Amino acid sequence: MLHINCPFCGLRAQKEFAYGGDATVKRPEINKEVSKEEWDNFVYMRKSPRGKHIELWHHISGCRQWFKVQRDTATHEIFKTAKMSEEIV
Amino acid sequence: MQKYSVFSLIKNAFTDHQNWEVAWKDPTPKSEYDIVIIGGGGHGLATAYYLAKEHNITNVAVIEKGWIGGGNVGRNTTIIRSNFMYDANARFNEFGMDLWRNLSQELNFNVMFSPRGIINLAHSDAQMNAYARRGNSMRLNGIDAKLLNRDEVKKLIPMADFSDDVRFPIFGGLMQPSAGTARHDGVAWGYARQADSMGVDIIQHCEVEGFDVEGGKIKGVRTSKGNIKAKKVGLCVAGSTNILAEKLNMTLPIETHLLQACVSEPVKPVLDGVVTFGAGHFYISQSDKGEMVMGGDLDGYNSYAQRGNLPTIQHVLTGGLALFPFLSRLKMLRTWGGIMDMSMDGSPIIDKTHIEGLYLNCGWCYGGFKSTPVSGWTFAHTIAQDRLHELNADLTLNRFSNGYLLDEKGLGTKTWIS
Repeated sequence: MLHINCPFCGLRAQKEFAYGGDATVKRPEINKEVSKEEWDNFVYMRKSPRGKHIELWHHISGCRQWFKVQRDTATHEIFKTAKMSEEIV
Repeated sequence: MQKYSVFSLIKNAFTDHQNWEVAWKDPTPKSEYDIVIIGGGGHGLATAYYLAKEHNITNVAVIEKGWIGGGNVGRNTTIIRSNFMYDANARFNEFGMDLWRNLSQELNFNVMFSPRGIINLAHSDAQMNAYARRGNSMRLNGIDAKLLNRDEVKKLIPMADFSDDVRFPIFGGLMQPSAGTARHDGVAWGYARQADSMGVDIIQHCEVEGFDVEGGKIKGVRTSKGNIKAKKVGLCVAGSTNILAEKLNMTLPIETHLLQACVSEPVKPVLDGVVTFGAGHFYISQSDKGEMVMGGDLDGYNSYAQRGNLPTIQHVLTGGLALFPFLSRLKMLRTWGGIMDMSMDGSPIIDKTHIEGLYLNCGWCYGGFKSTPVSGWTFAHTIAQDRLHELNADLTLNRFSNGYLLDEKGLGTKTWIS
């Protein structure tokens, strides 16, 4: 089982969390002309890398906050977690 | 090639089975091929076989980073079905069912195809209505479908929990009697043996490290066993699709996820066909050895690990116990995982790409095994003729941007939720 460090609650078991997908996908800006390709990239296209992946998790059975996790998709090692307002570099 | 039969079995018994021919050779790669298929799983080997058989192209190499049959073709729960609602998926997989029915004879290798039926259980009136609709769609496409009521289900699977105080009582189910199971390793080996006998080189332990693309045209692949020139290259790598796409600077509508399965200790026959639970994600069948073969949800986050976590197994088996309480007394023998190329609408992609001579076969989600023959058949056609066959005409890469999705389950792009 993964152990995820929620930036608000601390280290908790995976069972308390729900996954939210790739955190680097950006929704096209509102009130701007959006090309078909931009929508495609936002809705469907995913890098899904083997290795370091920045992703969203939701502490659904805890503080119910969304936050970012940097995790290795091959070893499941978790390197960093951060609040939504923070960047993971 | 030595033909397998009862006579060759008896003949070889006299020499203590020491003189069987090897089933496929272990060649060193040539410097150039007409076609290189990347991925020696079921789909890749089937593609090579149909290239040779249907299109008379035998200057073909199948390159595999591990050993053939070591990936998803040896990790699935062996279910074969064509109970799809959408025309494109239904036609495609029903053509595949015809290939399955004759596969053991065609390959001279017993793939143990056993059409013992699949039952999708319904646990509410709404679900019964939805299954009636799906069953009607199937029948319009010439696929056998039977809507079962509670009593009919009870006759077929008496071991399920039919008591009155269960949380999700069985209302009935949708059955495809012609669905079934097969021996998955046998499928890979059968295709490999026949493809090899027709001149295809099967090169194992050969990993693709890069591609040679010049002027928008594929020229060859760079591998751990040297550079191989090729006029055409087909990608058949399931869970590794995104890794190779990255080397080609392509981004695909695919995420890679992990799916687990498990088997129990063997018991006497209790379950004839395949059964799926309708109130959770759980499916079960009994192997010829008597093991209960079970699977369910994805682990739920992007993964290339090929091994899973315990919470998912626990969650899946909770659903299993709700359906078949007797499972609680069985010991689990093994659990394992495979990595799935989850497409954004749950349907596969067999298409050309923007690079000339590069063809794509991916997005099988967790249902690739049943389509092994038809995937190979249509992919071989697509590569050999450089155009899509009408069976895979809708399984295109651009259906996402054009809005012609094949979202069979209506789940959308959050693949981990399915």
